[in-house]
Amino acid sequence: MNIELIIFLIFSALVLASAIGVVVVNNPVKSAINLVFTFFSSAVLWMLLNAEFLSIILILVYVGAVMVLFLFVVMMLDINITQAREGFVKYMPFGILLFFIISGLLSVFFYSQFENTNENIVLSIDLIGTDNTKNLGYLLYTEYIIAFEIAAVILLLGIISAITLTHTKNQDTKYQVPSEQVSATKKDRLTIIKDSGETK
Amino acid sequence: MIPMSYYLILSSILFSIALAGIFLNRKNIIIMLMSLELMFLSINFNFIIFGNYLNDLVGQIFVFFILTVVAAESAIGLAIIVVLFRNKKSINVEDIGRLKG
Repeated sequence: MNIELIIFLIFSALVLASAIGVVVVNNPVKSAINLVFTFFSSAVLWMLLNAEFLSIILILVYVGAVMVLFLFVVMMLDINITQAREGFVKYMPFGILLFFIISGLLSVFFYSQFENTNENIVLSIDLIGTDNTKNLGYLLYTEYIIAFEIAAVILLLGIISAITLTHTKNQDTKYQVPSEQVSATKKDRLTIIKDSGETK
Repeated sequence: MIPMSYYLILSSILFSIALAGIFLNRKNIIIMLMSLELMFLSINFNFIIFGNYLNDLVGQIFVFFILTVVAAESAIGLAIIVVLFRNKKSINVEDIGRLKG
Protein backbone atom coordinates (compact mmCIF):
# COMPACT_ATOMS: atom_id res chain seq x y z
CA MET A 1 0.00 0.00 0.00
CA ASN A 2 1.73 3.14 -1.15
CA ILE A 3 1.46 6.60 0.40
CA GLU A 4 -0.60 8.02 -2.50
CA LEU A 5 -3.35 5.48 -1.98
CA ILE A 6 -3.39 6.14 1.75
CA ILE A 7 -3.77 9.91 1.16
CA PHE A 8 -6.49 9.25 -1.38
CA LEU A 9 -8.44 7.00 1.00
CA ILE A 10 -8.17 9.40 3.95
CA PHE A 11 -9.23 12.49 2.01
CA SER A 12 -11.99 10.79 0.05
CA ALA A 13 -13.44 9.58 3.34
CA LEU A 14 -13.24 13.17 4.61
CA VAL A 15 -14.94 14.47 1.44
CA LEU A 16 -17.81 12.01 1.74
CA ALA A 17 -18.25 12.50 5.50
CA SER A 18 -18.36 16.28 5.27
CA ALA A 19 -20.65 16.12 2.20
CA ILE A 20 -23.09 14.03 4.22
CA GLY A 21 -22.67 16.62 6.98
CA VAL A 22 -23.74 19.41 4.60
CA VAL A 23 -26.97 17.61 3.87
CA VAL A 24 -27.84 16.22 7.30
CA VAL A 25 -26.75 18.86 9.85
CA ASN A 26 -29.69 20.98 11.00
CA ASN A 27 -27.94 24.34 11.38
CA PRO A 28 -27.21 26.14 8.06
CA VAL A 29 -24.04 27.73 9.49
CA LYS A 30 -22.68 24.31 10.41
CA SER A 31 -23.55 22.94 7.01
CA ALA A 32 -21.72 25.86 5.32
CA ILE A 33 -18.64 25.04 7.40
CA ASN A 34 -18.98 21.38 6.39
CA LEU A 35 -19.03 22.54 2.78
CA VAL A 36 -15.79 24.48 3.36
CA PHE A 37 -14.26 21.29 4.71
CA THR A 38 -15.46 19.36 1.66
CA PHE A 39 -13.76 21.87 -0.62
CA PHE A 40 -10.50 21.66 1.34
CA SER A 41 -10.39 17.87 1.15
CA SER A 42 -11.24 17.77 -2.51
CA ALA A 43 -8.51 20.35 -3.22
CA VAL A 44 -6.06 17.79 -1.83
CA LEU A 45 -7.52 15.15 -4.14
CA TRP A 46 -7.22 17.51 -7.13
CA MET A 47 -3.55 17.90 -6.29
CA LEU A 48 -3.20 14.13 -6.50
CA LEU A 49 -4.81 14.37 -9.95
CA ASN A 50 -2.10 16.80 -11.20
CA ALA A 51 -4.43 19.81 -11.17
CA GLU A 52 -2.35 21.99 -8.86
CA PHE A 53 -3.56 25.36 -10.15
CA LEU A 54 -7.22 24.40 -9.92
CA SER A 55 -6.83 23.04 -6.41
CA ILE A 56 -5.35 26.34 -5.24
CA ILE A 57 -8.10 28.21 -7.12
CA LEU A 58 -10.68 26.02 -5.39
CA ILE A 59 -9.37 27.07 -2.01
CA LEU A 60 -8.85 30.75 -2.87
CA VAL A 61 -12.03 31.40 -4.85
CA TYR A 62 -14.40 28.90 -3.32
CA VAL A 63 -13.42 28.84 0.31
CA GLY A 64 -12.24 32.45 0.27
CA ALA A 65 -15.04 34.12 -1.65
CA VAL A 66 -18.08 32.00 -2.38
CA MET A 67 -18.30 30.24 0.97
CA VAL A 68 -17.77 33.50 2.85
CA LEU A 69 -20.66 34.91 0.83
CA PHE A 70 -22.75 31.90 1.83
CA LEU A 71 -21.84 32.36 5.49
CA PHE A 72 -22.69 36.08 5.28
CA VAL A 73 -26.13 35.38 3.85
CA VAL A 74 -26.84 32.50 6.26
CA MET A 75 -25.92 34.63 9.25
CA MET A 76 -27.75 37.71 7.95
CA LEU A 77 -31.05 35.89 7.50
CA ASP A 78 -32.95 34.98 10.62
CA ILE A 79 -33.93 31.44 9.66
CA ASN A 80 -36.55 29.48 11.50
CA ILE A 81 -34.69 26.17 11.70
CA THR A 82 -37.55 24.00 12.92
CA GLN A 83 -39.76 25.19 10.08
CA ALA A 84 -36.96 24.70 7.58
CA ARG A 85 -36.48 21.11 8.79
CA GLU A 86 -40.11 20.14 8.18
CA GLY A 87 -40.49 17.01 6.09
CA PHE A 88 -36.85 15.96 6.50
CA VAL A 89 -37.76 12.73 8.31
CA LYS A 90 -40.72 12.17 6.03
CA TYR A 91 -38.58 12.23 2.90
CA MET A 92 -35.66 10.40 4.54
CA PRO A 93 -36.41 6.87 3.20
CA PHE A 94 -36.95 8.22 -0.29
CA GLY A 95 -33.72 10.21 -0.12
CA ILE A 96 -31.69 7.22 1.05
CA LEU A 97 -33.26 5.05 -1.66
CA LEU A 98 -32.42 7.68 -4.30
CA PHE A 99 -28.87 7.92 -3.00
CA PHE A 100 -28.29 4.17 -3.19
CA ILE A 101 -29.89 3.78 -6.62
CA ILE A 102 -28.00 6.63 -8.28
CA SER A 103 -24.64 5.99 -6.63
CA GLY A 104 -24.90 2.23 -7.15
CA LEU A 105 -25.73 2.56 -10.83
CA LEU A 106 -22.98 5.10 -11.48
CA SER A 107 -20.40 3.14 -9.47
CA VAL A 108 -21.15 -0.14 -11.23
CA PHE A 109 -20.99 1.58 -14.60
CA PHE A 110 -17.71 3.38 -13.89
CA TYR A 111 -16.12 0.34 -12.29
CA SER A 112 -17.00 -1.94 -15.18
CA GLN A 113 -15.91 0.59 -17.81
CA PHE A 114 -12.67 1.84 -16.29
CA GLU A 115 -11.53 -1.07 -14.16
CA ASN A 116 -8.26 -1.73 -15.97
CA THR A 117 -7.22 1.81 -16.79
CA ASN A 118 -4.98 2.52 -13.83
CA GLU A 119 -1.87 2.77 -15.99
CA ASN A 120 -3.44 5.54 -18.05
CA ILE A 121 -3.24 8.16 -15.32
CA VAL A 122 -0.38 10.37 -16.41
CA LEU A 123 2.03 12.20 -14.17
CA SER A 124 1.70 15.61 -15.81
CA ILE A 125 0.29 17.02 -19.00
CA ASP A 126 3.02 18.92 -20.79
CA LEU A 127 2.37 21.56 -23.43
CA ILE A 128 5.19 24.09 -23.06
CA GLY A 129 6.72 22.86 -19.83
CA THR A 130 6.18 20.68 -16.82
CA ASP A 131 4.44 23.49 -14.96
CA ASN A 132 0.67 23.00 -14.68
CA THR A 133 -0.02 26.73 -14.23
CA LYS A 134 2.17 27.63 -17.22
CA ASN A 135 0.42 25.10 -19.44
CA LEU A 136 -3.04 26.22 -18.35
CA GLY A 137 -2.15 29.87 -18.94
CA TYR A 138 -0.77 29.05 -22.36
CA LEU A 139 -4.01 27.36 -23.40
CA LEU A 140 -6.18 30.01 -21.75
CA TYR A 141 -4.54 32.97 -23.48
CA THR A 142 -4.27 31.44 -26.94
CA GLU A 143 -7.00 28.97 -27.85
CA TYR A 144 -9.58 29.94 -25.25
CA ILE A 145 -9.09 33.71 -25.14
CA ILE A 146 -12.67 34.48 -26.27
CA ALA A 147 -14.13 32.11 -23.69
CA PHE A 148 -11.89 33.72 -21.08
CA GLU A 149 -13.21 37.20 -21.90
CA ILE A 150 -16.80 35.96 -21.93
CA ALA A 151 -16.16 34.56 -18.45
CA ALA A 152 -15.02 38.03 -17.36
CA VAL A 153 -18.23 39.54 -18.76
CA ILE A 154 -20.27 36.90 -16.90
CA LEU A 155 -18.58 37.88 -13.64
CA LEU A 156 -19.37 41.55 -14.32
CA LEU A 157 -22.98 40.53 -15.00
CA GLY A 158 -23.00 38.73 -11.65
CA ILE A 159 -21.78 41.83 -9.82
CA ILE A 160 -24.31 44.14 -11.49
CA SER A 161 -27.29 41.85 -11.04
CA ALA A 162 -26.49 41.06 -7.39
CA ILE A 163 -26.15 44.77 -6.58
CA THR A 164 -29.31 45.84 -8.41
CA LEU A 165 -31.28 43.03 -6.79
CA THR A 166 -30.32 43.76 -3.20
CA HIS A 167 -29.69 47.49 -3.22
CA THR A 168 -32.42 49.61 -1.65
CA LYS A 169 -32.52 53.38 -1.75
CA ASN A 170 -31.86 55.05 1.56
CA GLN A 171 -34.63 57.53 2.37
CA ASP A 172 -32.34 59.90 4.30
CA THR A 173 -29.80 60.36 1.54
CA LYS A 174 -30.20 63.34 -0.79
CA TYR A 175 -30.02 62.49 -4.47
CA GLN A 176 -29.66 64.71 -7.53
CA VAL A 177 -32.34 64.29 -10.18
CA PRO A 178 -30.60 65.29 -13.44
CA SER A 179 -33.77 65.34 -15.55
CA GLU A 180 -35.40 67.88 -13.24
CA GLN A 181 -32.23 69.95 -13.21
CA VAL A 182 -32.08 70.09 -16.99
CA SER A 183 -35.77 70.86 -17.50
CA ALA A 184 -35.85 73.67 -14.92
CA THR A 185 -36.89 77.05 -16.35
CA LYS A 186 -36.64 80.57 -15.06
CA LYS A 187 -40.24 80.37 -13.75
CA ASP A 188 -39.45 77.48 -11.41
CA ARG A 189 -36.66 79.30 -9.67
CA LEU A 190 -37.62 82.99 -9.81
CA THR A 191 -40.80 84.60 -8.53
CA ILE A 192 -41.47 88.31 -9.00
CA ILE A 193 -43.37 89.94 -6.18
CA LYS A 194 -45.15 93.27 -6.65
CA ASP A 195 -43.86 95.82 -4.20
CA SER A 196 -45.67 99.08 -3.67
CA GLY A 197 -42.48 100.89 -2.78
CA GLU A 198 -43.84 102.56 0.36
CA THR A 199 -41.94 102.45 3.61
CA LYS A 200 -43.56 102.71 6.98
CA MET B 1 -0.87 4.73 -8.60
CA ILE B 2 -4.54 5.08 -7.80
CA PRO B 3 -6.96 3.40 -10.22
CA MET B 4 -9.15 5.81 -12.11
CA SER B 5 -12.32 3.95 -11.13
CA TYR B 6 -11.75 4.92 -7.47
CA TYR B 7 -11.94 8.61 -8.35
CA LEU B 8 -14.97 8.05 -10.55
CA ILE B 9 -16.81 6.15 -7.81
CA LEU B 10 -15.96 8.93 -5.33
CA SER B 11 -17.39 11.58 -7.63
CA SER B 12 -20.54 9.56 -8.33
CA ILE B 13 -21.16 9.06 -4.58
CA LEU B 14 -20.63 12.80 -4.06
CA PHE B 15 -23.16 13.53 -6.82
CA SER B 16 -25.76 11.23 -5.27
CA ILE B 17 -25.27 12.77 -1.83
CA ALA B 18 -25.96 16.17 -3.36
CA LEU B 19 -29.01 14.87 -5.21
CA ALA B 20 -30.40 13.29 -2.04
CA GLY B 21 -29.69 16.58 -0.23
CA ILE B 22 -31.86 18.51 -2.66
CA PHE B 23 -34.70 16.07 -2.06
CA LEU B 24 -34.31 16.00 1.72
CA ASN B 25 -33.98 19.73 2.34
CA ARG B 26 -36.80 20.87 0.13
CA LYS B 27 -37.92 23.52 2.60
CA ASN B 28 -34.56 25.21 3.01
CA ILE B 29 -33.38 26.90 -0.17
CA ILE B 30 -29.92 27.72 1.21
CA ILE B 31 -29.10 24.05 1.80
CA MET B 32 -30.44 23.37 -1.69
CA LEU B 33 -27.92 25.85 -3.11
CA MET B 34 -25.15 24.21 -1.08
CA SER B 35 -26.13 20.79 -2.48
CA LEU B 36 -25.91 22.37 -5.92
CA GLU B 37 -22.34 23.42 -5.13
CA LEU B 38 -21.57 19.81 -4.15
CA MET B 39 -22.97 18.64 -7.49
CA PHE B 40 -20.76 21.09 -9.35
CA LEU B 41 -17.79 19.83 -7.34
CA SER B 42 -18.41 16.22 -8.38
CA ILE B 43 -18.81 17.27 -12.02
CA ASN B 44 -15.53 19.15 -11.84
CA PHE B 45 -13.97 16.00 -10.41
CA ASN B 46 -15.14 14.08 -13.46
CA PHE B 47 -13.72 16.70 -15.83
CA ILE B 48 -10.31 16.57 -14.17
CA ILE B 49 -10.25 12.77 -14.03
CA PHE B 50 -11.14 12.34 -17.69
CA GLY B 51 -8.76 15.12 -18.67
CA ASN B 52 -6.01 13.14 -16.98
CA TYR B 53 -7.18 9.93 -18.63
CA LEU B 54 -7.17 11.44 -22.12
CA ASN B 55 -3.88 13.25 -21.45
CA ASP B 56 -5.56 16.55 -22.33
CA LEU B 57 -5.49 19.84 -20.48
CA VAL B 58 -8.84 21.05 -21.85
CA GLY B 59 -10.65 19.29 -19.02
CA GLN B 60 -8.94 21.60 -16.56
CA ILE B 61 -9.73 24.64 -18.74
CA PHE B 62 -13.38 23.62 -18.62
CA VAL B 63 -13.26 23.30 -14.84
CA PHE B 64 -11.85 26.83 -14.71
CA PHE B 65 -14.84 28.19 -16.65
CA ILE B 66 -17.29 26.15 -14.58
CA LEU B 67 -15.83 27.68 -11.43
CA THR B 68 -16.30 31.17 -12.89
CA VAL B 69 -19.90 30.60 -13.90
CA VAL B 70 -20.76 28.92 -10.58
CA ALA B 71 -19.32 31.86 -8.64
CA ALA B 72 -21.55 34.27 -10.59
CA GLU B 73 -24.54 31.94 -10.24
CA SER B 74 -24.22 31.58 -6.49
CA ALA B 75 -23.80 35.33 -6.04
CA ILE B 76 -27.01 35.99 -7.99
CA GLY B 77 -28.81 33.12 -6.23
CA LEU B 78 -27.90 34.45 -2.81
CA ALA B 79 -29.01 37.95 -3.84
CA ILE B 80 -32.36 36.51 -4.89
CA ILE B 81 -32.63 34.69 -1.53
CA VAL B 82 -31.92 37.95 0.33
CA VAL B 83 -34.64 39.78 -1.62
CA LEU B 84 -37.05 36.88 -1.08
CA PHE B 85 -36.39 36.84 2.64
CA ARG B 86 -36.86 40.61 2.81
CA ASN B 87 -40.28 40.31 1.19
CA LYS B 88 -41.63 37.03 2.57
CA LYS B 89 -39.74 36.65 5.88
CA SER B 90 -39.05 32.99 5.11
CA ILE B 91 -36.79 30.88 2.91
CA ASN B 92 -39.34 28.15 2.35
CA VAL B 93 -39.37 27.00 -1.24
CA GLU B 94 -43.14 26.63 -1.17
CA ASP B 95 -43.56 30.36 -0.53
CA ILE B 96 -41.82 31.21 -3.78
CA GLY B 97 -44.76 30.19 -5.94
CA ARG B 98 -46.42 33.57 -5.73
CA LEU B 99 -46.72 34.14 -9.46
CA LYS B 100 -49.25 31.26 -9.55
CA GLY B 101 -47.84 30.23 -12.92
